[in-house]
Amino acid sequence: MTAFTINGRVVDVDAAQDTPLLWVIREHLQLTGTKFGCGIAQCGACTVHIDGAPTRSCVTWLEDVAGREVTTIEGLSPDASHPLQKAWIDEQVPQCGYCQSGQLMQAAALLESNPNPTREQIIEHMDGNICRCGTYVRVISAIQRAAREA
Amino acid sequence: MTKTVKIFSHAISRRSFLISVGSLGVAVAFGGLVRNAFGATMSLVGEGDYLPNAWVTIAGDGTVTIMSPASEMGQGIMTTLPLLIAEEMDADWEMVRIVQAPSDADKYGNPGFYGIQLTGGSESTRGYYELLRLTGAQTRKVLLSSAANMLDVSVGELTTEPGRVVHARTGRSLSYGQIATDGSLPDPLPQVTEADLKPTDQWRYIGRRDIPRIDLPSKVDGSAVYGIDVQLPDMLYGAVLRAPVQGEQPERIDDSEARALPGITHIVPLSYGVGIIGETVEATRRAKDLLNVTWSTSSRVRNYTSDRLLEHYRDVGRDLSQTGVEAFSEGDADSAITNAATVIEVDYMSDLVCHATMEPMNATALVTGDTVEIWAPTQGPTGTQGFAAEVVGTTPDKVKVNVTLLGGGFGRKAEADFIVDAVSLAKEVEGRPVKVIWSREDDVRHDKFRPLEAQHIQVGLDVNGNITGWRHRIVADSIFARTNAELFASAGGHDDVVTEGAHFNYTVPGHRIEYIRQDNGLDIGFWFAVGVGYTRFSIECVIDEIAAARGTDPLQLRLELLKDQPRARNVIETVGQMAEWDRERDGRALGLAYSDAFGSHCAQIAEVSLNRETGVIRVHKVWCAVDPGVAIQPRHIEGMMIVGITNGTGHALFEQINIVNGEVQEGNFDTYRVIRMSEAPEIEVAVVPTSGSPVGGIGQAGLPPVGPAIANAVARLTGGVRLRHYPFLPERVKAALGA
Repeated sequence: MTAFTINGRVVDVDAAQDTPLLWVIREHLQLTGTKFGCGIAQCGACTVHIDGAPTRSCVTWLEDVAGREVTTIEGLSPDASHPLQKAWIDEQVPQCGYCQSGQLMQAAALLESNPNPTREQIIEHMDGNICRCGTYVRVISAIQRAAREA
Repeated sequence: MTKTVKIFSHAISRRSFLISVGSLGVAVAFGGLVRNAFGATMSLVGEGDYLPNAWVTIAGDGTVTIMSPASEMGQGIMTTLPLLIAEEMDADWEMVRIVQAPSDADKYGNPGFYGIQLTGGSESTRGYYELLRLTGAQTRKVLLSSAANMLDVSVGELTTEPGRVVHARTGRSLSYGQIATDGSLPDPLPQVTEADLKPTDQWRYIGRRDIPRIDLPSKVDGSAVYGIDVQLPDMLYGAVLRAPVQGEQPERIDDSEARALPGITHIVPLSYGVGIIGETVEATRRAKDLLNVTWSTSSRVRNYTSDRLLEHYRDVGRDLSQTGVEAFSEGDADSAITNAATVIEVDYMSDLVCHATMEPMNATALVTGDTVEIWAPTQGPTGTQGFAAEVVGTTPDKVKVNVTLLGGGFGRKAEADFIVDAVSLAKEVEGRPVKVIWSREDDVRHDKFRPLEAQHIQVGLDVNGNITGWRHRIVADSIFARTNAELFASAGGHDDVVTEGAHFNYTVPGHRIEYIRQDNGLDIGFWFAVGVGYTRFSIECVIDEIAAARGTDPLQLRLELLKDQPRARNVIETVGQMAEWDRERDGRALGLAYSDAFGSHCAQIAEVSLNRETGVIRVHKVWCAVDPGVAIQPRHIEGMMIVGITNGTGHALFEQINIVNGEVQEGNFDTYRVIRMSEAPEIEVAVVPTSGSPVGGIGQAGLPPVGPAIANAVARLTGGVRLRHYPFLPERVKAALGA
């Protein structure tokens, strides 16, 4: 059993120590907002925060998070009220939407450390998150809007 | 071209009725809605709700539940189609709840697309447009009749406001909820024809920019339910090890290590691989890696090496003695070319491309006796019913398909292979659902790629540079030969999805299109814009090649060739103004391309620069003007143009699958390169509908022009260096520059 905190709740998970955190979150804890996209940290769909740092949960093992704090898209805000979530709706960002939990978690970490990023800083920070629909221009607009309106 | 459609209807019971349009029965319903796999966007219907037809349910509290018959894969269809019904029935959009329709082609099939439930071909809005508006109009008439009864006035004195029937003279009104509670269906039922549809100037919802997509709130808080997210009580997990070469079979299976893993319950030999069932997803993934399988070595796909084959396809295209099936012919292209003053003769090619939907292939199935229930991100619920029935040995009507949200589709999820996995494994553990999730590597290696293809184009010009004949030869394997053999046979061996887009709207006196089918055994499939993606690449580049040969501006040449087509000219002129076509850019150039595919006119201009040392093309900006006929949701059309342009840029620059002796060389996003944010162009879109035009398809309309616009820009930047092979990899660009 491995104990850690997820979205403010302490959980005790009965899974092998080397289970990818992604599957623990999605299938053991049934928090399915965090997505499987590649399994090798190439696409960013599985991005969560561990102690506030954006992390690819597909290459993080359960033992790595023992005693730590994990935040998923479900815990980004209690009611979809995070400035990024609102901006994502205002800019109508998602198409299929599958990558957007990861995009949002990655972007949230950016605004946490840099509330007013330049376009170049946004691109540099977000370049590891693939959107197969290609919503990048709207992702950029939404991050800029959230920075403006926060 | 407007055809007259009349909806016939009759009551089945006091609270439901049948609608039929043309020869197709579309709606028989009474009773609660079918439960499905949706979370956030779903609302259940209570007992005793007023059900004017199978599409609409009105609850006593005024909630209007509307069925969405197509698969939502990011194109916004789940908002667009119900909006059409809401518009004509004058529903209050704030009170509308949208539910994914169950798999039932008799009720919810697309009348414009074989009458089945299959989302593809940019056919959903076009196919359902008339039916759903008529259904809405019919619903409104039923509500008016019920209200007339309740208010004891004639129908002619009543009007509707959103969610309400109004009797202006007496100031009385009834909400739709009140009618649903206390009204009864009129007998006989009012009938509707096209004449009952609202004039466009009375539209409340169609054409508005401020109606957001209904699926988006669930896509920013993690609550959206895609196929991979399905969680069911007692669910098991499944994985399938597939043969490294398509068509091979397991001959010897050593599963001792896999079987010994905790949590593994079954190892299931399949004709195409080896299945694993287990208690956790991580156990099944690990067990798959521990299987030791000896595969057969007899598949003809072992002879498939893509770069060698493509050279062969190019040679076939050039060898005019190899004739194929005539796909289109007008005038006498051959003698026009023979007698031409100048002939432009070129080869265009494209490599295999992969779908790589962000949500990898997955499905969940539950087999109980002769019934099957499936939860899947599928574009084709009707087809799924057939494939699943075959696996279990039952009939399609015993298969229920719950269509979840799709994390990307692009044609890949019109296939059933991932569903067959889930059903095959679920059959082994009757009574327990099994969720199968593919690895990304399997998703890439066992894709149904867009065909490898070569095109040979000859264009004859007279002494003044006018086009006299256009001959277009397309050399590729067939998609329909595998996916719709009946259609393929009835078309005499022509595959009109492989050659799609070759038929254009430019005025040329002689035009001939031939399809020279190859058959090398590899499964190929539908991709974003399928054939149009490469046929418009070659056509739009050749138009620029002609312009260069004549010394004419390529924008002007297109306008000349589209003299009688105001909609086409309008998008080209509009995009020219947006991009300031005539303004020179320092170190950069503009390229233009146009497409009329899918019933929408779309012109794009790309601004590019080029690093001649590295061969790397940079696409800075793309302007786009699109005329979809009717712009039902202009902002979402802009969104789909962004999708087409960004994706189309990536596909033109990077996307490439290599197969060597039948084995796919790429496997994940580290080797199969898709576009990232730092490579994406800035995009500006103008949506310019033309009043009175038929509604066009939008899902795929934005992709075809961007690749040729990039190639044309590179040619203008480099004094005529042509890129004729997708993708424009740096080494190919350098080779072209050096040639």
